Amino acid sequence: MSQTLLSVRGISKHYAGKAVLRSLDLDIFDGEFLTLLGPSGCGKTTLLRLLAGFERADSGSLTLAGQDLSPVPPERRPLNTVFQQYALFPHMTVFGNVAYGLKMEKRPKDEIHQRVTDVLRMVQLDQLADRKPHQLSGGQQQRVAIARAVVKRPRLLLLDEPLSALDYKLRRQMQLELKRLQRELGITFVFVTHDQEEALSMSDRVAVMRDGVIQQLGTPREIYERPENLFTARFVGETNLFPARVTAVNGERIAVDIRGLPRDLRKREFPIEVGQQVNVLLRPEDIRVLAADADHGFAGKVIERNYKGSTLDSLIRLDDGNLVLASEFFDEDDPAFDYRLGEPVKVSWVDGWEWLLPMDEEADAIQA
Amino acid sequence: MLLVLLPNLLVIGASFMTRDPSDFLSLPLTLDNYRRLMDPLYLQVFLHSLYMAAVTTVLCLLIGYPFAWALARVDKRWQTLLMFLLIVPFWTNSLVRTYAVKLLLASNGLINSALQSLGITEAPITMLYTEGAVIVGLVYLLLPFMILPLYAVFEDLRRELLLASHDLGAGRLATFFHVVLPLTLPGVIAGVLLVLLPAMGMFYVADVLGGAKNLLVGNVIKNQFLDARDWPFGAAASVLLTLAMAVLLLAHRLSRRRLGEEGET
Repeated sequence: MSQTLLSVRGISKHYAGKAVLRSLDLDIFDGEFLTLLGPSGCGKTTLLRLLAGFERADSGSLTLAGQDLSPVPPERRPLNTVFQQYALFPHMTVFGNVAYGLKMEKRPKDEIHQRVTDVLRMVQLDQLADRKPHQLSGGQQQRVAIARAVVKRPRLLLLDEPLSALDYKLRRQMQLELKRLQRELGITFVFVTHDQEEALSMSDRVAVMRDGVIQQLGTPREIYERPENLFTARFVGETNLFPARVTAVNGERIAVDIRGLPRDLRKREFPIEVGQQVNVLLRPEDIRVLAADADHGFAGKVIERNYKGSTLDSLIRLDDGNLVLASEFFDEDDPAFDYRLGEPVKVSWVDGWEWLLPMDEEADAIQA
Repeated sequence: MLLVLLPNLLVIGASFMTRDPSDFLSLPLTLDNYRRLMDPLYLQVFLHSLYMAAVTTVLCLLIGYPFAWALARVDKRWQTLLMFLLIVPFWTNSLVRTYAVKLLLASNGLINSALQSLGITEAPITMLYTEGAVIVGLVYLLLPFMILPLYAVFEDLRRELLLASHDLGAGRLATFFHVVLPLTLPGVIAGVLLVLLPAMGMFYVADVLGGAKNLLVGNVIKNQFLDARDWPFGAAASVLLTLAMAVLLLAHRLSRRRLGEEGET
């Protein structure tokens, strides 16, 4: 699986003097589900359009299975796109839409009929083959768009925020369906989204992008649990940030001072010196809310409680004014679990569940 | 409703009546007027008129289609300017503009003077009072009516559809014939309707630019009403023109339905 199918090298793209992609490198493996994740304007859609051939890069190279893609026009690239607004041909039936790509390949009629019927059955639309796109629901149109692209058996399927127009429930359902399709077809998927939850639940690997640069490339778990920088940490999921000063380094452990409280942490691979500022990151689900008389933790008051069904989210204002978000699973046997609004508490975490990052001034500057 | 229906009913009624020198119309009811329209003389005028209108329509389409496409694609600033240039001529009466065309085409007109002073031609070329002159005049007057409906359909044509077509393996030509043309066809038909029928009726263009030989159906109708004072016959001729329009409108509707316009069920 880890054989490179498409290799992107040093791709740059400017629009009206503004850099959209900055010398970007990326290897896409054969058969993987790769997600490009980032806020709008990060360059993820531009990268996808470059792969499809709708745009030309200012510099850099695209190589698909050893073949240079740059001079190949979109109609001759062995990859297909699922567009954000589906872009179904309104004057053709579902069948006509799906058959279009095969007709362009001048396939025999029987083969077209067979392949279109097969792929429509796969997306459960074989009953609706004679409908026009405007007679279909959003989810059905989405399936047609996918069927139309995969019927050509591309090496690579490009999906440009294909689920963003669907409502929440349908989106979850389509996420599962896309995963199933990808497994069944064995086609490499490159999926663009700004929805981190979607990215984490569907992908084999995620590339987090910002300002035309890949911030981090890794499995969903690596991205979420071991973010390489503050941007990734903040963009993917909720993060509590505790700025800390290193007071001592003892082999694998370091001692830090966090808002006046000493704490002993595991060292990480980046070089650490005494006196250095670091960020201690904690996901809301790693935070523990303790009673006010606990012997450790930061004192604060519960200012918001948010019942989420499986978890209970609390917003706690620490005595120094900073906010901490805690997300706890219910424990019905714990009488102390349900704190009242305004109740004084202490906030802490299980040793070793924190994540350490060097102080990154640029990323701190853009924090919301 | 009444304002649309009533004049048409009056014209249809008149077309079945008999000519009367003093009261214009009288009984008995008759089909004579329609029979007279089948006269080879009038049939020939009708066919020649249809021919000139058809050439006009084709020329308008050939010029208007790429123009409308470009108009829908250029950035907003240019679009406003081009739209403005397209609308400006409407501020002048079309008869006045027809005379302007005459000034251009006349033997001592602008084009001939320019050609001669540049030494390209020795003697003036006869352009006025020809079939060509009528067609030039008609194209000039009717081109905006072709461009506007085409512009509307090109505005609605999403660029993503063209990208999707390329993405699925279609080149430029295939994309044009399978996607662009079918989706802009309602605009083409609307434009043809707005040009073809008015072109047959614009008698003053034929009067000013065409001389005696290049008559339009509109000239026949006008002559019957104003010069020959044969109202029933003129009415019959205009009913025929209206019928032709109705047939084309029907074709337009059918083509729209086939395309499965959004919003229709």
